[in-house]
Amino acid sequence: MKRIIWLIRLLIPYWPRILLALFLSVFTVTSHIGLMAASAYLLARAALHPPILDLMVTIVGVRFFGLSRAVFRYLERYLSHDVTFRVLSRIRVTFYEQIEPLAPARLSHFRSADLLSRIVGDVETQQNFYLRVFAPPLVAFLVLLGYGVFLTRFDVRFSYILAAGFLMAGLLLPWLIKILGQGIATRVISLKAELNTQVADGLLGMTELLSYNQVRKHLHKIEQTSDRIIKHERKLMKLSALSSSLIGLIANLGMLSVLVLGILLVEAGRLKGVDLGMLALGTLSSFEAIFPLALLPHYCEQNLAAADRLLELMENKQGLNDNGNLLPQGDNLDLRFQDVSFRYDQDEPWVLKDLAFAIPKGSKTAIVGPSGVGKTSIINLVLRFWEPDKGKIFLAEHSLPEYDLEGLRDLFAVVSQQTYLFNATIKENFLLAKPSATDQELIEAAQQAQLHEFILSLPQGYDSYVGEVGLKLSGGQRQRLAIARVLLKNAPIIILDEAFAGLDSITEGEVQREVFHLLEGRTIILITHNLLGLENMDEILLLGNGRVIEQGTHTELLQFGGVYNELWKRARFVS
Amino acid sequence: MFDKRLINEGRQVKGYLILTVGLSVGISLLAVAQAWYFSQIVANVFLGKAPFKAVEHALGLILAIVITKAVFQWSSEVCAHEAALRVKSGLRQQLLQKIFALGPFYVRGEKSGEVISTIVGGTDALEDYFAKYLPQLLIAVGIPLIILVFVFPLDWKSGSILLLTGPLIPIFMVLIGKLAEKKSLQQWQRLSWMSGHFLDILRGITTLKLFGRAKDQIRVIARVSESFRESTLSVLRIAFLSALVLEFLATMSTALVAVAIGLRLVYGTLSFSSGLFLLLLAPEFYTPLRTLGLNFHAGLSGVNAAARIFEILNVPQPNLIIEPNSNIRHSRILADDYQIKFDHISLTYEQEDTPALQDINVSLNCQETIALVGPSGAGKTSLVQLLMGFIQPSEGQIFVNGEVLQAISPNIWREQIGYVPQNPYLFAGSILENITLGKPEATTSEVIKAAEAANAHEFIMTFPQGYHTILGEGGYRLSGGQAQRIAMARIFLKNPPLLIFDEPTSSLDLESEKAVQEALWNLAQGKTTIIIAHRLNTIRQANRILVLDQSRIVEAGNHDDLMIKRGLYYQLVQKARGLSL
Repeated sequence: MKRIIWLIRLLIPYWPRILLALFLSVFTVTSHIGLMAASAYLLARAALHPPILDLMVTIVGVRFFGLSRAVFRYLERYLSHDVTFRVLSRIRVTFYEQIEPLAPARLSHFRSADLLSRIVGDVETQQNFYLRVFAPPLVAFLVLLGYGVFLTRFDVRFSYILAAGFLMAGLLLPWLIKILGQGIATRVISLKAELNTQVADGLLGMTELLSYNQVRKHLHKIEQTSDRIIKHERKLMKLSALSSSLIGLIANLGMLSVLVLGILLVEAGRLKGVDLGMLALGTLSSFEAIFPLALLPHYCEQNLAAADRLLELMENKQGLNDNGNLLPQGDNLDLRFQDVSFRYDQDEPWVLKDLAFAIPKGSKTAIVGPSGVGKTSIINLVLRFWEPDKGKIFLAEHSLPEYDLEGLRDLFAVVSQQTYLFNATIKENFLLAKPSATDQELIEAAQQAQLHEFILSLPQGYDSYVGEVGLKLSGGQRQRLAIARVLLKNAPIIILDEAFAGLDSITEGEVQREVFHLLEGRTIILITHNLLGLENMDEILLLGNGRVIEQGTHTELLQFGGVYNELWKRARFVS
Repeated sequence: MFDKRLINEGRQVKGYLILTVGLSVGISLLAVAQAWYFSQIVANVFLGKAPFKAVEHALGLILAIVITKAVFQWSSEVCAHEAALRVKSGLRQQLLQKIFALGPFYVRGEKSGEVISTIVGGTDALEDYFAKYLPQLLIAVGIPLIILVFVFPLDWKSGSILLLTGPLIPIFMVLIGKLAEKKSLQQWQRLSWMSGHFLDILRGITTLKLFGRAKDQIRVIARVSESFRESTLSVLRIAFLSALVLEFLATMSTALVAVAIGLRLVYGTLSFSSGLFLLLLAPEFYTPLRTLGLNFHAGLSGVNAAARIFEILNVPQPNLIIEPNSNIRHSRILADDYQIKFDHISLTYEQEDTPALQDINVSLNCQETIALVGPSGAGKTSLVQLLMGFIQPSEGQIFVNGEVLQAISPNIWREQIGYVPQNPYLFAGSILENITLGKPEATTSEVIKAAEAANAHEFIMTFPQGYHTILGEGGYRLSGGQAQRIAMARIFLKNPPLLIFDEPTSSLDLESEKAVQEALWNLAQGKTTIIIAHRLNTIRQANRILVLDQSRIVEAGNHDDLMIKRGLYYQLVQKARGLSL
């Protein structure tokens, strides 16, 4: 129910258009009824050989309905698509508005590309809501009302027949089909997911399947799943054929009933014979309003399921409190963790436990440790994407929540392992960091990041498209682009989160040295699991089990002869 | 709209398609009969003052016709979809066969997602083509002609109206379709671009936040959506015109027919019942043409989906031309003593300019441990792929005991090899199923023994479900080291004479690393082992080190020899020791 209300509320701002579109729909069907009814009436009148002049009104009526239907239909389609696109736009904006404050922390499970595509798909699904779920029953009801009232002028029992037909074809039949097909539709969906997994397994694990000679067996498994899907789809298809043929049957039976009643009334002298054909054909035509209802349960289910998933993401999630108003001062930017404990969820193990360390302004600190040890969680806390469960993080004398959120984040610039590039031009990707930057500033930043030459070598230069739809950049080029962005942002604290991973070791060393040189004087926090090249760090924090287990400079830690020493000796050779 | 290859696929289900069309013809003949009886009844009651009793029989006939029509309708739809389902399922099988024949190289990287959705979803798009578009094409030609046969003898004027306007419908459809097609294609691209833009923003939301730009996007999304709406509507304005014309022609001619008949009735040159009969036939004449117009889009998307499917089906098969030599005693290919020789091997991938491997000459001897070393992109993986027979060399040959590798059946050859990739793929299923991949009949004790040798038993037992823990999508996720140990347990069960191990580049989990190393040396006992190595520890234990750089083998020898040579290997070691920063 909540989902329907949510969806309907999205329609409310557009009610004048919607009302107009609904009436245009009704007029379209009415024109169809009118055309057949008026034509039949015209023929009946003409058969009585009246003077032509007497027929003029009817002839004009026939011609009018012949013309108006197409026009009404055209306007209705245009308007209802307009409404649909407006609603879609509103859903996108509303959805984004709601989840933006939650990102990324409370949407962490949301990262997989599949899930994101599903969300986008769920939004797109809503384009069916007005066209196929909301409008059809209203139109059918209005047609029933209008033509039903028209029929009472002849005999109220005609209206009953019409109402019974509409109820059967528009309500009872879709409901029956839905009941019959209920299990099957969900079964097809889950089987399709299974097929998807099996095909993905086959493709991604092809090396394994080939080397274990299991291809035939796996193909057979896929074939079986595919056959099961086909079997279920066949059942569904038979039901849908049943639905459409039964609607046709009910419409014809309605027409026949009106005809029979009409004949009896004519015989009894309570109906003029001239009206007989008109009433029967009009009734048959009016069932046009019912046809879209056959698919309504299907679309309704789809829309509600999609709305459910969207609402689930938007609701029940607390954004973090954003009441701080302190603006960070430029001269004191020391960071200090005071017994910070953190876990991602109540029933998950601690990621960080009583973590305490300090990062003075202008220092170079490396946070190292195996993957999964909480290095990135530290960054999430510093940027206030998450809040610690216990303990506090201080910037200068104040804890982080006391600061204005945007002002706080302005202090940091991050280069992460996976630099996200938007599907836009290189220039636009740069400008993200500083919308007001001049071309000169852009070029300077690119030059410093040693990317300028490369960009100029592209046919479109700074206006070349990057990202998924555009140019594919190598790992190194992406990182350089990210570094250029950081330079452009000119933040005092730089976080390099596995920024150089994925480059080969020689390049990695060079890039790291170069970047450190460029960022001289700023606070640098380097997060890495690679122990090579940490000789120049002011401090190395080795993390294990959510705590700092060893701490010191490279030389100190080697002399100490502990875990760091052991790890360093095993360090990788070439990547 | 007429895709030859699609029509070819349709041949297999010819019977169903013919039946569909036949039933549709039956339906329209029944509709003619219904119109005939209807007009007779109305005329008799209205003009002939016939009582109910007199028309009872005809009413009963209409009832029978209406019910038969419903049955025919159902059968025709079922036949059409049956044809579509069969074609769909057949094409899906063909696609899968083809993909596996092409090997893992074809679906590498980002391509896999697109191929998966073509196999699963792309074939679905064909359903409407076969169920709705193809049969409708025949129906739309046949039925109007049948109707005309009934109309002309009664009233040539009405017949002429139908005959003249009928063909206009497809003509206008094609004309306006041509006009709108290009634009609507652009529009479809824009639609996917629009969703793409939204997806892009959602994906990059963290980056946006880091630069304090996340809130701005609300306006951007609204603006992009709005401009999309405007441009779409401007296209729809034209696209809907085709529907307008279709509708207009059908309803206007019906009105024209009605008025013309009405006038003839006034002058008494036509009987009322014939007039009413003609009026009822007019919609029957136009309906199939209109339906075709409505299904036009289904046809279009079917053709588009088919293009991608046939593109995959037409990819040339890798050149496994040489007939496997049946004289080779397959089971003992890599028996006690053997040699694998790369002879002047070069490899250039399709659509790439620079070769992945150049002039590789090397022999691998029995029970040797060989480390492949070199920067990423040097050709280590390509070398292994060649050896596994997943790709064929552009030049040169690989010889196994003097026999050309291509002459050995790939299935039998791969049985000789145990391969542990960097990120072994674990299938959706239990740990047990994953381990017994190569030997489904293995006993529990065999599996446990293999898992123990691979240092996997211990961590498997820490899971509540033990060996029955479900892996993969929605299941338990193993760490890289754990996955490798499962992969190694697989190989213990298979026990092949040749082992290929791709060492993970990064993992700092001391415990796991130790466990993987131990398992590796357990596994390498008495086997020929090729390791793509990244760790000094591993490399030093190799009998021979091959240093690759820029697609060539630049150095070869053991650790001590190479250190004395002071070449690339020496530089890499120095770097690793932190001495050359």
